[in-house]
Amino acid sequence: MSVIALSPKSDAPVKTAKDTAEARALRETTPTQWFPYAAPQARARDPRDTAFSFRDISRKFGDKTVLDNIDLDVPAGQFLAVIGKSGCGKSTLLRLLTGLDKPTTGTLTVNKGENGENRTRIMFQEPRLLPWARIAKNVEVGLTGIAGGEGAREKSLAILREVGLADRAGEWPSVLSGGQRQRVALARALVAHPYILALDEPLGALDALTRIEMQQLLERIWLQQKFTAVLVTHDVAEAVALADRVIVIDRGRIALDLDIPLDRPRRHGSPELARLEGQILDTLFGEKAG
Amino acid sequence: MKATGQILKNATGWALPAVILLVWEIAARTGLISPNVMAAPSAVAEAFWRLLLSGELIRNIGVSTARALSGFVIGGSIGLAFGLANGLSGLSRNLTDTTLQMVRNIPHLALIPLVILWFGIDEQAKLFLVALGVFFPIYVNTLLGIQSVDPQLVEMGRVYGMSRTTLFFRVILPGALPAIFVGLRYALGIMWLTLIVAETIAASSGLGYMAMQAREFLLIDVVVLSILIYALLGKLADSFARLLERLTLQWHPAFQTA
Ligand SMILES: Nc1ncnc2c1ncn2[C@@H]1O[C@H](COP(=O)(O)OP(=O)(O)OP(=O)(O)O)[C@@H](O)[C@H]1O
Ligand SMILES: [Mg+2]
Repeated sequence: MSVIALSPKSDAPVKTAKDTAEARALRETTPTQWFPYAAPQARARDPRDTAFSFRDISRKFGDKTVLDNIDLDVPAGQFLAVIGKSGCGKSTLLRLLTGLDKPTTGTLTVNKGENGENRTRIMFQEPRLLPWARIAKNVEVGLTGIAGGEGAREKSLAILREVGLADRAGEWPSVLSGGQRQRVALARALVAHPYILALDEPLGALDALTRIEMQQLLERIWLQQKFTAVLVTHDVAEAVALADRVIVIDRGRIALDLDIPLDRPRRHGSPELARLEGQILDTLFGEKAG
Repeated sequence: MKATGQILKNATGWALPAVILLVWEIAARTGLISPNVMAAPSAVAEAFWRLLLSGELIRNIGVSTARALSGFVIGGSIGLAFGLANGLSGLSRNLTDTTLQMVRNIPHLALIPLVILWFGIDEQAKLFLVALGVFFPIYVNTLLGIQSVDPQLVEMGRVYGMSRTTLFFRVILPGALPAIFVGLRYALGIMWLTLIVAETIAASSGLGYMAMQAREFLLIDVVVLSILIYALLGKLADSFARLLERLTLQWHPAFQTA
């Protein structure tokens, strides 16, 4: 099993097993074709810069403590994956990071743009495209308050080319497939070159093959644009394949903070990845799993 | 080949009305239908020509249309304003919605005696009734439309830093538009209905008045003509609304032809 679903939400088990078999078959026929990209170059900004930091952050809903004194520093340009059981507070963490929610106690510092503008973007599990705006216009939403008119149009076309949808710029979202819509959402999140990109299970609703394609796309663009990525996922294999660092949240605290020091391109299903996957699963389920 | 097929298809739709007209004409000429009950199509056409030449027809259509549209604009814009206000602001909704929902339960045509007492048979009486009739479908559907806008899209707009005005014009209004159009088309129907009733009961000009005058002099062809013209105007208004709908809701899967 290389795709491990931790949440009942992410798919029916039967379907996951089947898709994984297909994915594995494809993988074994073209072993070197996966992640055929260059290793990361030096980050554009000093990696000692901190993209954001949580200092003693707690979030309570009524009596219920969802996040309990979280301390977290993320250097600029890091690819961080967040894993945890359903309802453990992963989305809450992202909502705090993107300013959609405020912490009950603690301080949150987020790197802003030079003029204090919001340079944090979030990508949701659903594409959330405006059905009444054409694809290019939807991408331009990502430039709200940053650019408009002809400049915005050029930027949006450029990023659409990046995600392979330049020829669909003039269409309505309703004619696109689920995976294509999610790529438009990615383009919209990236068009303004964010410092931080928060991703809340953006690939959870996609089938296994489209998901692997999207993972490659995400890694490629991250290597190019050098933003800080915070990826919430249920898929442990996805986390170790993409991230520089994985944190596991359990009962409101960071139960595991694990560096993934492997070189890129990484190969799905390699022994090192499997070992790290096992370590994460042990933290989540105790020693019984493994 | 395809074009002839299209023409044929359109023609089949008109075949039945043509046959009905023919049968009607024959029945009227042979005396099967008494001229006191129903005028022959040719008589109606003649009445149309006569009134058209005298200018009476155009004048009455003009008067009725002006009444209908001004009542519609007044009632529609107040309805839209209340719908938007109550959809966007909880305070405004708490203040006014219950009252409006209560007033909505009064059939506006039941107010005719009262309206005649207030305004006599002046223009205001008709404007008031049309405006009142049009107000509610527009109000109710605008409110419903705004309340049914996807909150996830609104949240998305906020994350991307849209200002309140941008959010309204880019997300909320387009999302509410399909429902507003439903209200608009319903309101257009109510607009003509109200006007017909109001003009037949209390007016000194307009299509309804023309029909009532004709009834006094037993000019049954003119009565039938007025009814047909009402139907035509109603159809025209509805087609216009549909066209507007098709143009503004191109994104909607229901309106995508390709
Ligand atoms: N607005 C809210 N009011 C009350 N409780 C909330 C609110 N938002 C989240 N919670 C609670 O906080 C907890 C964590 O929610 P959150 O959405 O962060 O979980 P999650 O880790 O993202 O779960 P999943 O993997 O299923 O998406 C849940 O128990 C949820 O019920
Ligand atoms: Mg969540």
